Amino acid sequence: MRMKDNTVLTMEQSAGISVSPEGIVSCDGPWTLPHLAPLEDRLAAFLWPDGPTVVVNAGKTTAMDTGGAWLLQRSLGALQRDGRQVELRDLRPEFAQLLQIVSTTQAAIPPVEGLGARTKLEQVGFLAWNRLNQWKNGLAFLGESLAAWLRLLATLRSIRWRALCRSLELDGFNALPIVGLLTFLMGVVIAYQGAEQLRKFGTNIFIVDLVGISLLREIAPLVTAILVAGRSGSAYAAQLGTMKVTEELDAVRTLGISPMELLVLPKALALVIALPLLTVYADAVGVFGGMLIASGQLGVSFTEFLTRFEEAVALRHFLIGVGKAPVFAVIIALVGCYQGFQIRGGVDDVGRHTTISVVQAIFLVIVFDAFFSIALNWWGL
Amino acid sequence: MNDAPAVIDVTHVSTRFGDAVVHDDVSLTVRRGEVFAIAGGNGCGKSTLLREIILLQQPASGTIEVFGQETGAMTKADVLTLRKRCGVLFQYGALFSSLTVVENVAAPLREHTDLSPSLIRELAILKIALTGFPLASAMKYPNELSGGMRRRAALARAIALDPELLFLDEPTAGLDPLSAGAFDELVQHLKPLLGLTIVLVTHDLDSLWRVADRVAVMGDGKILGSGTMQELSDSKEPLIHEYFHGPRGRAAGEQARTQAWNRK
Repeated sequence: MRMKDNTVLTMEQSAGISVSPEGIVSCDGPWTLPHLAPLEDRLAAFLWPDGPTVVVNAGKTTAMDTGGAWLLQRSLGALQRDGRQVELRDLRPEFAQLLQIVSTTQAAIPPVEGLGARTKLEQVGFLAWNRLNQWKNGLAFLGESLAAWLRLLATLRSIRWRALCRSLELDGFNALPIVGLLTFLMGVVIAYQGAEQLRKFGTNIFIVDLVGISLLREIAPLVTAILVAGRSGSAYAAQLGTMKVTEELDAVRTLGISPMELLVLPKALALVIALPLLTVYADAVGVFGGMLIASGQLGVSFTEFLTRFEEAVALRHFLIGVGKAPVFAVIIALVGCYQGFQIRGGVDDVGRHTTISVVQAIFLVIVFDAFFSIALNWWGL
Repeated sequence: MNDAPAVIDVTHVSTRFGDAVVHDDVSLTVRRGEVFAIAGGNGCGKSTLLREIILLQQPASGTIEVFGQETGAMTKADVLTLRKRCGVLFQYGALFSSLTVVENVAAPLREHTDLSPSLIRELAILKIALTGFPLASAMKYPNELSGGMRRRAALARAIALDPELLFLDEPTAGLDPLSAGAFDELVQHLKPLLGLTIVLVTHDLDSLWRVADRVAVMGDGKILGSGTMQELSDSKEPLIHEYFHGPRGRAAGEQARTQAWNRK
């Protein structure tokens, strides 16, 4: 389109502005949005004729929209601010009306500061204030959920069984395939890596210690928690956030139901039940994966493996692994729900907080895992 | 008015969703420079018809011509050209929630013109000012605005490219009577100014009396009748009669007549 405008020189095709030898400025062509870009450049470099009065002949202007009117008004306004008179001739009445409206509207536009733009200092202030508020909200949420837990323990009757069972199915049972597959693969990977080293020393049977302890104590609970954080933590944030945006949370409140009790506690409780169970399942599948590789690569038969397993892997490893799961569960559920409640605005806020919920949940799970390792080592377990 | 060229020509359009028939042989013509309203009860297919005209949906049969071009036979380039000539105000504004009001209005300008950022900004602010949106809130995000303000901001975005054809989908739904009245006035004020042809989808009887030049009433997937509000209001067709002479219809009609009287 623009190419054509530049090559075809008939004045009807493109908007223009020029000065005649007598010093009369004339506007021609369509002063409309599609033609404004070259016109804007032209006006920026335009040499207005000298003299106290500038005569502008607009008789050849074939079309004008608000964009064109604005550009003309802006240029003429700049001349007038320089203390020069502008005489506009032959402008079609409908264009004149448009120009009139644009100039009255322009007069009503406040300078940029009036538009509520923030200065740098204000931005810093807002940012700091938001951060502070986030901490405050986080603490408030933690306190509120703790109070709700205590109330729940005092009156077991108020448990929402339906919500709990639904959550158990969605976040526990439905996670079985993916958790199983991934921990099976983890078992296989660990056994493969170990087999290489152990064969060198001829201590093939120690594959059982390696696979058993590392899986039961660390890998299975961690991988399960990370998967659940990605699967369910994000879902909690997105669900609660969308409910907040659509005012469903407020509807729940006006019905006299605490959203904490109806939405957060059942989810948290379901995860506290489901995550240890998933971890046990992950233990079994993972060890089975290791067992397959042990028999294939190292010639350790299933019977040998299981006999050695009983001797080598103490019960405490299993208990420590499973014991970490409820802690991870609480972290995942609370972070997910908290981020969901934090959603204020619209659609993109939902996406942002969902991302934050997953990142924070995984971060905290790993931090707590490290904390457990150090503390348990301290106690000599 | 009747000799003005047709801008939209809908002929024998039928639409089905599965077994549900939404439109059954719908035809209508919108002429340049008029405010054409499509009225009717909830779920009568008025919004679907609008979506078909603005190329968001395809009818099962029949043709829709916009600016003399058949929508079904358009190339991608034609569609883009058409979209630049049309502005659409969606029912709830549909402002982009991650952008401020100024950025929302500037978005079509930035996408479709090569103007400098400062000029785009000025034009966006001009459009916002034209719609009567309070400029002190121009840097706010959509979720910080009230319903009426959001509607005005959305209108500013719809007219950002100076379209020839403006579609308003339930522009006054959910607004209080004062805001709704002010919005009607705004539409009347902007129409001659920007040389707009307006297609208005609404069931707000006050708006129909106040701004519509011609109205088509839809029901049962058909056009039950079309004409000026006065003609429709005298219509003997039972559904139209019920629509305009229910308690609310009568009140709106009387009010419109009193206002017309006062103006004389």
